[in-house]
Amino acid sequence: MTQQDILNGLAQIVNEIAGVPIDDVQPDKSFINDLDVDSLAMVEIATAAEDTFGVRIPDDDLKDLRTVGDAVSYIEKAGVAA
Amino acid sequence: MTTGTTKVVVTGLGATTPLGGDVASTWDALLAGRSGVGRLTADWAADLPVRIAAQIAVEPLDVLDRVEARTLDRSQQFAVVAAREAWRDAGFGDELQVEPERLAVAVASGIGGVLTLLAQYDVLRDKGARRVSPHTVPMLMPNGPAAAVGLDLVARAGVHAPVSACASGAEAISLGLDLLRAGRADVIVAGGTEAAIAGLPIAGFAAMRALSTRDDDPQAASRPYDKARDGFVLGEGAAVLILETAEHAAARGARVYAELAGAGMSSDAHHVAAPEPTGAGAARALALAMHDAGLHPADIGHVNAHATSTPLGDMAESLALRTALGHSLDNVCVTANKSCTGHLLGAAGALEAAITVLSLHHQLVPPTRNLDDPDDEIGLDVVRMSPRTVSTGAALSNSFGFGGHNATLAFRTA
Repeated sequence: MTQQDILNGLAQIVNEIAGVPIDDVQPDKSFINDLDVDSLAMVEIATAAEDTFGVRIPDDDLKDLRTVGDAVSYIEKAGVAA
Repeated sequence: MTTGTTKVVVTGLGATTPLGGDVASTWDALLAGRSGVGRLTADWAADLPVRIAAQIAVEPLDVLDRVEARTLDRSQQFAVVAAREAWRDAGFGDELQVEPERLAVAVASGIGGVLTLLAQYDVLRDKGARRVSPHTVPMLMPNGPAAAVGLDLVARAGVHAPVSACASGAEAISLGLDLLRAGRADVIVAGGTEAAIAGLPIAGFAAMRALSTRDDDPQAASRPYDKARDGFVLGEGAAVLILETAEHAAARGARVYAELAGAGMSSDAHHVAAPEPTGAGAARALALAMHDAGLHPADIGHVNAHATSTPLGDMAESLALRTALGHSLDNVCVTANKSCTGHLLGAAGALEAAITVLSLHHQLVPPTRNLDDPDDEIGLDVVRMSPRTVSTGAALSNSFGFGGHNATLAFRTA
């Protein structure tokens, strides 16, 4: 799965859960500051990402995923490890 | 006893009910005596002892934004829909007309977010704790609807959710009256909501033998005061009133439907579910409401009854009315909206308060449906078959709840 595939999948999830337009979900965007995703929605996004990409995102790691790019890189690496 | 001089008026109404998605459609259906009761055809209802209910006429997901709705329990969705209608109806809009610090919310629910509780319990059992939604608690807490309305309308003078089963909606309106009299706000968004049509609540009420079992004829099942009444029909929905000090309403030139003149409350301390058979507690709530409002029995021309269609409850309420109103009861016409709407539990008192307000405003009382063979022992002048034109300056609305709660609201023409 390429980074672009992950970005596309993640954008779908963020749109579904938080209503953010898909095109706005770009690697440089901060979930909280740019996309207005609150902490509860962030938990939902992580859970949906786990189901979609077959990875596990522990809470300790989730708090470090500040931007969309952080999440894409994390899922890419976790996917390889899995 | 409140002796404050603050006059409180009703300036806005909102509702979403089994009869319609707003106040106008609900009122029209009540005047026509239409029933909102139908069969429960979903798989989850197949093995229940009762398979009828009064489901909402307009799904909130058809009205609300998808993303905002997905983190709201169904009871919260109803409350937001009704509150927005009431807010617009009161003439509040995008332009700020009340300071958030002077705007409070009192929106009750009898049960709270039970659909969320049940759905998330299924998730916990089937998929494990990590898959339970992070929105579970804010969606199931009984103050959730009040909080959702307060967030939506930006109310910062307080957000309250008094819980007293089927008296909750009336108690919320009474609390709103207290808050305005105490000077803690200028405007209150007050009402009730309930969304509890699911297997567990139905099984629970059915186990109490509280529900009508007339599954073969759903629209005839809710029949207050009729000899063949055999229990209530579970309904869902919400209703909201905008309460405002008369001073504040006049300053902004608001249309006034009626005055919320007083409220009375009591508790039976008799049994957790059964009404006190002589209606003594309910009579006390009625008397207190009239006293609070400065009204006498002879002033009352109409009573919007709690009348759920249970054999014991309807009888106890009729005795309470006789005790509280005496001979004046002979000049009072009574109606039972639950014959059409079913029983909206924590929303019932709010919806019936809204209908009482409209009855005063239009001087028109909707009929009680299904009263084919009136119970001789009831002894009330119940409006049936068609609406009745009245000429009265004051009306009462009763609500009672499991726990022995009695609440009466007194309204006067504006």
